[in-house]
Amino acid sequence: MLDYIARRLLVMIPTLLVISVLVFIIIQLPPGDYLETLVAELQSQGETVSQERIAFYREEYGLGEPMWKQFGVWFWGLLQGNMGYSFEYELPVADVVGDRVFLTVLVSFSTILFVYLVSFPIGVYSAVRQYSLGDYTLTFVGFIGLATPNFLLALILMYFANQWFGVSIGGLVDPELRDAPFSWEKFVNILGHLWVPVIVIGTAGTAGMIRRLRANLLDELHKQYVTTAKAKGVAPGKLLVKYPLRMALNPFIADIGNLLPEIISGAAIVSVVLSLETTGPMLLGALQSQDMYLAGSFLMALAMLTVVGNLVSDLALAVLDPRIRLGAESAR
Amino acid sequence: MSDNKHQIPAGSDAPLAHYVNDGPFDPHAAVTLTPEQERYYLSSQWRLMWLKFKKHRLAVISGIFLLLVYGSVIISEVLAPVNFNHRNTDYLKAPPQDIHWTHEGELIGPFVYGYDVSLDMETMSWRYDIDRGDVMPLRFFCVGRDYPGAGYEFWNAIPGSFHLVCPAPGGYFFWLGTDRLGRDMLSRIIQGARISLTVGLIGVTISFVLGIFLGGLAGYYGGLMDSAVQRVIEIVRSFPSLPLWMALSAAMPVNWSPVVVFMGISVILGLLDWPGLARAVRSKLLALREEDFVIAAELMGAKPKRIIGRHLLPSFSSHLIASATLTIPAMILGETALSFLGLGLRPPITSWGVLLNEAQNFNAIVNTPWLLYPALPVIFVVLAFQFLGDGLRDAADPYK
Repeated sequence: MLDYIARRLLVMIPTLLVISVLVFIIIQLPPGDYLETLVAELQSQGETVSQERIAFYREEYGLGEPMWKQFGVWFWGLLQGNMGYSFEYELPVADVVGDRVFLTVLVSFSTILFVYLVSFPIGVYSAVRQYSLGDYTLTFVGFIGLATPNFLLALILMYFANQWFGVSIGGLVDPELRDAPFSWEKFVNILGHLWVPVIVIGTAGTAGMIRRLRANLLDELHKQYVTTAKAKGVAPGKLLVKYPLRMALNPFIADIGNLLPEIISGAAIVSVVLSLETTGPMLLGALQSQDMYLAGSFLMALAMLTVVGNLVSDLALAVLDPRIRLGAESAR
Repeated sequence: MSDNKHQIPAGSDAPLAHYVNDGPFDPHAAVTLTPEQERYYLSSQWRLMWLKFKKHRLAVISGIFLLLVYGSVIISEVLAPVNFNHRNTDYLKAPPQDIHWTHEGELIGPFVYGYDVSLDMETMSWRYDIDRGDVMPLRFFCVGRDYPGAGYEFWNAIPGSFHLVCPAPGGYFFWLGTDRLGRDMLSRIIQGARISLTVGLIGVTISFVLGIFLGGLAGYYGGLMDSAVQRVIEIVRSFPSLPLWMALSAAMPVNWSPVVVFMGISVILGLLDWPGLARAVRSKLLALREEDFVIAAELMGAKPKRIIGRHLLPSFSSHLIASATLTIPAMILGETALSFLGLGLRPPITSWGVLLNEAQNFNAIVNTPWLLYPALPVIFVVLAFQFLGDGLRDAADPYK
């Protein structure tokens, strides 16, 4: 097992390296560096820029140096947990990001929990009672959930919440607690608001998950060993749980690799619509003002989140399935 | 010790206990086919697929729906009752008008009542009261510039004024209301389809080419090439697509012309979407390259390019079409999301996402909920693509 974990961690290194190169390229994509834009903008407003500030930025990022050197400076900082310096906020990115990454993690993982808790029983039901009225209804609802983009769902939900209850469902914390330091009270308050984004973000993922679990379980249920067991008179409940369900569970867990990027993507846009205090709105703001270092850090953080999530799912899979743990090729 | 209970009585003349048909016996009866069966068994692979696809009722309906919608893109200007860019400055944020049939117990065909517009001094907004005296019958197949916004330029080139439906002379018809500049939502939605639907097609073409090329390399050569491509796929897939799309489209220079921005967005959508297709191509190729016909072609001296292109691709092109159909909705949703956030297409380009951008804040949703209407075509088109793709995927393997 340790061997497997070590191998899995080693694979992560080149992945993260390539991701960071990609993120750096994106940071560099807009023409001119932010500094030039900033200086030009300030000068057009008749302000002068202090030479110290320019010098500070130049040194911090190695601006003006060759590209690979700039990347080196940035990457080295990243390794030390220094995510860079936001030009717009004039604060280290780590300070700006702060709680937001935590809230993003909270929203994402609650959503995953929601997806699993809801899709598992429904998926099993749909497979066991294939072509029943319940199966058809759930499949249909699932299709609609899959087709409705989550930000539209958020908009529609906002409209009806206002129409029927006269309340606004935006935000993750009550306004009076927004700037308060983190406390138990605030945490409870956040939990109270969490269900709206979780449902909105999780719907598409849940629908997809139900369909996949249903298909996998159906494949298993049509295999011969199930027929044999049935013929031998194994009780239906036991028959289901003993092997088919365990086999169908594998892709279910492995799917977190597909689910997590989807959820993080969804969270980014839904949080803009619902004005949640997560990374989404700030990423959007950073991109709009071309504060690329801040945007890049967010992108990096989101990609890291996915990579770590995949690691967790792989480890869970290894615990669950000895074939993977022992490195068999055919396991997936 | 003898037990003759189980022995066949020898030399018995008794007839057999079971029934035997004494009609003429044709030993080939089981092999001959009815003409119908023969036609079925001799039909080509594509025909079999078509037969199987036809059985999938929902997929057929979705296919017809999509054909109609894509057809409408060609003649958007004609289908829209008003020029989509025309600003009715007298009717800003007008709510949708209902279509009525009878006026004071008298049938006069489809018509709308006019609006009595007044300024509400308390909320400082326009108030629209239905004016029951103002009957404006709708006209069909009308030519002429006798109402505001009738003229248009067909595909930005040919001036014209022919409309399928249009309001009474000098009147107006806002079936889905107007936006904050007094532009007709219905016409804008019809016009927006042109951009929203083509973004998906261009993007899918790009991801198709990339996916076939890279997946083909990985699947056919295997080994080092395979692991390299696999790694790249893994990395691209581990990126949350929307934030990456956002970053890439935000990095596009603001001074690009709308057409270039449109192309840029399509390329961005296509560049990140190929891994799914590449995976499908790879796994299919891996399975197929062990088949006898590939070895035969190799022995006859065919080059890899020819084997992939001539022998392997056609044998699973149906699968490719099915998976491409399933990726188009992702592109449409991507464009809609980006434009909704204001990072994708921007006005003057009109797409469904750009239209939804107006409905972004809470006030807009509460006061002018009809701005959410562009969401409906998005959902319907995506749903139709899902059903069509499902049907195609089932039909892609007709021998199963």
